[in-house]
Amino acid sequence: MKQRLSTLMVAAVMTASFAAHAQQPAKKAPPPAKAAAPAKKEGITAEFEKFREVLEEDNPAELFEAKGEDIWKNKKGPGGATMAQCDLGLGAGVVKGAYVQMPRWFADVGQVMDAERRIVHCMVKYLGYKEEDIRKQPFSNDQRTPDHVSVITYVAAQSRNLKIAAPQKHAKEIEAYRIGKEIFAYRAGPYDFSCATCHGDDGKRIRTQDLPNLRKPAEAVKAYQGWPGYRMTGGFMLTQQWRMNDCFRQQRFPEPTYLSDSITALLAYMTVTANGQVYKGPGIKR
Amino acid sequence: MTAMKKTVVCAAAALACSAVLADEIRNYRAEAVAMMKRDFKTRGIATADRVHEDGLQAVCNRTSDNPPKDIAARLERDQLEAVKYPTDGKLMGDWKAGEKLAQSGRGMTWSDKAGVPGGGNCYNCHQISPTETSFGTIGPSLYQFGKIRGNTPEMQKYAYGKIWNAKAFNLCSAMPRFGHAGALTESQIKDLVALLLDPQSPVNSK
Repeated sequence: MKQRLSTLMVAAVMTASFAAHAQQPAKKAPPPAKAAAPAKKEGITAEFEKFREVLEEDNPAELFEAKGEDIWKNKKGPGGATMAQCDLGLGAGVVKGAYVQMPRWFADVGQVMDAERRIVHCMVKYLGYKEEDIRKQPFSNDQRTPDHVSVITYVAAQSRNLKIAAPQKHAKEIEAYRIGKEIFAYRAGPYDFSCATCHGDDGKRIRTQDLPNLRKPAEAVKAYQGWPGYRMTGGFMLTQQWRMNDCFRQQRFPEPTYLSDSITALLAYMTVTANGQVYKGPGIKR
Repeated sequence: MTAMKKTVVCAAAALACSAVLADEIRNYRAEAVAMMKRDFKTRGIATADRVHEDGLQAVCNRTSDNPPKDIAARLERDQLEAVKYPTDGKLMGDWKAGEKLAQSGRGMTWSDKAGVPGGGNCYNCHQISPTETSFGTIGPSLYQFGKIRGNTPEMQKYAYGKIWNAKAFNLCSAMPRFGHAGALTESQIKDLVALLLDPQSPVNSK
């Protein structure tokens, strides 16, 4: 634990120094209209990539992985049920490679489920968690990381360095992908935004934040890669469902229900688009 | 209803009809919209009815943001006719207030409070003043906007109208219709016009 704490402190110092670095260019003399700006941006990105590489040697997400593993392997529900009974699509209790093969059709519930939805389903079914409690706080904040987020982190880590391979065999899996593709392009709300407004072209950014073009495999994996992700600002884990939720907030949409069909469909579209790319495991975010 | 408006409605309907012919698109689109209407809920000021597309959004959604030119031109004209210009005839406000506004990315999300004025969100997508190096690239650079174009009454009117309703000039533009949507007030838009066109604004500094 001591070693772990020191790692986290190193991470914190790095975050701070990165933040300081990131602000420096603002004090510099104004650049000419166009040419200088992208170069500066690449500088920041490259700098951050360096820190990220160092951090991923000893990713703070591992703390949550460990907690999730403990829940998966040792926690018992009413009547002694465990997550060993949970089928993530590759058979009861099989975790290896399961994360990168969802969303998928689950015959037992007659639904396509994304990883987060399936894991929560199992935690309710086998470990006795109450769905209404999970829905009360679905996402981590600086006060508390819900147990299901740790389990998701553990399950995701068990797909590290495996190829993303969301299935498109069952008619409902194909349907989820097709509907997700439509949701991605659907403009509405007071700002007329769709997902594609920000994520439909190459090389765009908001402020200094790069925006992957989620219609392309090599770019879609960049978005997939980061989640679940350890957010250095705040120091907690956030999941794909959180990412979708916060995108819709910024899109000026109403709030999507947690674990709803719309989000599963959108994740099906994004994951299938990233199929064939290698998932590097729980990520680190600024 | 004027004859011209009728033509536009018919044209829009014909467009929808041609989309309907593509069977696959119709099914998945309709299912996606029905699903979203079911799954998206009011939170704070972001009310559930926001997932319903309006007429312009419907045309852009059905044509992948690429409507036939004649239809786009007619609908753009309609949008332009609806722009509300200030009654006092003054279109330029305070560029300093405009710069502050351009910095703010707030407004109309479920975490924004009702009644609190929103921001312009400008730097999210545009380069503007040369002193701000954290800017997005979804929209074009606006650096030197007034220097290049001057600040004639016509240019002021164009800039005001563009911010009030970007779709009056480019039907399926990625830019929000800030005035039309009630996201910015008349005086806020004036301040943004000044940021772009006032010779004193850093946007136009050499």
